[in-house]
Amino acid sequence: MSALVNKIRLYWPLIKSTQTGLLLATGIAGYLSAGTPIGLPTLLGVSLTLFLAISGSTILNMWYDHDIDAKMKRTHKRPAAAGILSRVEVFWVGMVISILGVGGALLIAPLYGAVVFAGWFFDVVVYTLWLKRRTCWSIVWGGISGAMPILSGRALATGQIDLVGILLALAILFWIPTHTLTFSIKFREDYANAGVPTFPSTYGETFTRATIAISSALAAVAIGWASVLIGVSAGYLRLIAVLTAGLLLLAFATFRVQSERVNFGLFKYASLYMLSSMIILAMKAF
Amino acid sequence: MKMSMLDRTLLLATGLLAAYQIVVGINDLSTAPIIAYTIAFGVLLVAGLLLIILGFDVLDAPVVVIVSTVIPLALSLGLVWEHLSAFRTPYLIFAILGFLAVVLTRTIPMQNKLPTVAIAVVHGIAGLTIFLLPIVIAVQGAARPAFALVGLGGALIGLGGLLLSFLKAGRPILSRETIFRVLPGLLLLMTICFVAGFKYG
Repeated sequence: MSALVNKIRLYWPLIKSTQTGLLLATGIAGYLSAGTPIGLPTLLGVSLTLFLAISGSTILNMWYDHDIDAKMKRTHKRPAAAGILSRVEVFWVGMVISILGVGGALLIAPLYGAVVFAGWFFDVVVYTLWLKRRTCWSIVWGGISGAMPILSGRALATGQIDLVGILLALAILFWIPTHTLTFSIKFREDYANAGVPTFPSTYGETFTRATIAISSALAAVAIGWASVLIGVSAGYLRLIAVLTAGLLLLAFATFRVQSERVNFGLFKYASLYMLSSMIILAMKAF
Repeated sequence: MKMSMLDRTLLLATGLLAAYQIVVGINDLSTAPIIAYTIAFGVLLVAGLLLIILGFDVLDAPVVVIVSTVIPLALSLGLVWEHLSAFRTPYLIFAILGFLAVVLTRTIPMQNKLPTVAIAVVHGIAGLTIFLLPIVIAVQGAARPAFALVGLGGALIGLGGLLLSFLKAGRPILSRETIFRVLPGLLLLMTICFVAGFKYG
């Protein structure tokens, strides 16, 4: 038993728990946003399969990127990069968890499974294996992958890919650059040492900050539009409007004031904004 | 000054109460007060979140003076619109001109006392309105006695505004550390007064 606990303790840092938790929250919010009757077994199934699929793709990302992680101060202590776990072990853990997640999702519903698989494929194959070391635009595919959990949850509840699902997916797609580009500015030297092309190293900081500001604004528009279509109550729409105004002001400030502090403020606020929006959308089910 | 976990908790509670007020606390009002109160509590909510994220240093930003004017102006406008219908238009004009005056005097560099005068007039009138109007209404029996809590909230927001204004003007009433130590608790107490006053008043 203690050996198993030790293994889980070793594997846990492989899944980037905060990021995985936030993406899982988007998937559950997507499911609940439809306002359909909540089936507890289905909700548990969604939570488990999404958690496994997202964790599996993250672990495979750590498996493949162990060499560049080892060159970066921010990531060199990750288990695969630091040699705490062998590459082979990390690969097989990632594969098994991925198969369990995607396979389970396909068993729940083919459309839901297909969208979950698309997310896994875009993250592992297109983003990690193919584009990450070649072009800074790889983040778009990372963003599309991150948008799949919310789309899958919505698709499972409605049985189709509808406009609201696409808008919610776009919201996540536009929110992810706020996350990744802020990191690429903050840890610019790290990425340069590892030879990973980033927006700041390719187009400069001003362009990157403008991209962050514009993508935050687009994420806010998508969330607002989706909220109206979902039929969120007037009170919650007011709250979304207030939080959106804060996001837009910070995005504008990031563009005007070339400060890492403001940039990081936007990064944290955007995460809080997305989590709050997900909670509000999930309220539709209750 | 580093923000403690207690400060963050108090600010988070302030934000949650402000969010509650935006979502359910003003549902039965007419459009204009809803907009005014949404702006007031919205600024409070976002400001609380930014304080948690960026720390007390964010209060050094010049824009704080402008933003902190929005809360009393919007709150007082909502109160006047609801309870002093004869003064709706004049007060709306005062709120718009007062806000513009604060923005202009804070963005255009000037050597005279105009920026201080603009702040004092706008905060003074808005603050007195939030403080006195709910108490008068409660005493007259036009609202339940608990509505006077909104006035108490007005007194607290006035106190917080004074402490910050004098600090930013370089003539602090209390030390910077003391002000920052009491600010999260003051903001929470003020928000409790507002929310309770609107709910039970």
